[in-house]
Amino acid sequence: MSDDCCASEAAIITVCPQGPLLLRGDFEILDADGQHIDTRQGPVALCRCGGSAIKPFCDGTHKLIKFEGRK
Amino acid sequence: MYLPTPRGDLSYALNNALLCNPSEDSTAYLASVAEDRLGSSLDVIYDEDLQLSLFMLYELHYRGFAEVDDRWEWNPALISLRAKIEEGFEDALRDVAGSISSVEPSSSEVAKALFALAANDAGPSVSKFIQRKANADQAREFLILKSIYQLKEADPHTWAIPKLAGRAKAAMVEIQADEYGNGRLSRMHSELFRQTMRGMGLRDDFGAYVDRIPAVTLAAANMISLFGMHRRLRGAITGHLALYEMTSSIPQACYARGFRRLGYESPVTDYFDEHVEADAVHEQIAGRDLAGGLAEDEPGLVRDILFGAQAAAAVDALAGAKYLEAWETGKSALYTGAGAAV
Repeated sequence: MSDDCCASEAAIITVCPQGPLLLRGDFEILDADGQHIDTRQGPVALCRCGGSAIKPFCDGTHKLIKFEGRK
Repeated sequence: MYLPTPRGDLSYALNNALLCNPSEDSTAYLASVAEDRLGSSLDVIYDEDLQLSLFMLYELHYRGFAEVDDRWEWNPALISLRAKIEEGFEDALRDVAGSISSVEPSSSEVAKALFALAANDAGPSVSKFIQRKANADQAREFLILKSIYQLKEADPHTWAIPKLAGRAKAAMVEIQADEYGNGRLSRMHSELFRQTMRGMGLRDDFGAYVDRIPAVTLAAANMISLFGMHRRLRGAITGHLALYEMTSSIPQACYARGFRRLGYESPVTDYFDEHVEADAVHEQIAGRDLAGGLAEDEPGLVRDILFGAQAAAAVDALAGAKYLEAWETGKSALYTGAGAAV
């Protein structure tokens, strides 16, 4: 939820405490070979804890492994 | 959908009234039947007659019943009847939700409290059962039980949008837009669920299995309508949605694994796979921006936000316990009372 992302279409990244990175706005995700990775419509959550089974996306595993991260 | 089979005096009387023309006075006796029912009910949450009646009264505000005149939706006698049942139901929900801790009305503290509630959810694990043990018939029962909400997924929370403002409203719209597939029919969550039901050989029309849905499952769905339709409970509806989102992505992955274990793949599993990813997004927005945003705008609603979350967790735990008790002993978890079509 951001009031700037859609108007400017710039990508906005929100760091969620103990959780993923929320990505909104205009962005493209590429793999190491520069190939496009399909993303769902709407905001995307990127794994920050390393435990997700659907990386680069978040699947909630940070809650199971008690990921702390930096706020 | 069609009117369900009555389960007692009240749903029988309501059923008869709804089949009349709304201009005829067919509602005079409903209030006294409801009083009797509420007076004699041991537990509103488990009361088949009361929960089915409440479900019928709410359904008039969604897509209604094929054989019922749409004008019944705003009939004053039915609104009054609904209010009577809601009063008893809300009392029961406050009882099962338990005591509510005091939380500072800031976005981060409210989100932290909700995540902690979700993490401590000690309810029975239906998802683990589906993942590891359920047979195909039990997996079908699980879908039938879920269908009374999932085939209109998001609709009861959508009532809250015009009741909210600012940050909380924008967050609710962002989540709900996603629930509705961002306007793409094939991605709408209720459509994905229809696809799952069809793939398992089940009917996919809303309400097709209402006669098989037990009171506690109806109560879980009725609770969302109660919270969503009353502006005074706008805190509760945001807490409810936050708790739902926060207890979703990990169980959905278990469901997906369970259905794959039983030999099903996409498109049957699409619904669960979509929710693993979507709800990992939604829980963040629901915690901090929806519930947390509302708490900062209206600090007096913090207790209701937590009430909504605790009630959601408590009723889901009651429903889950009922399902597991049945399945673990080789019985059906569906409603099998008189009149239930087999």
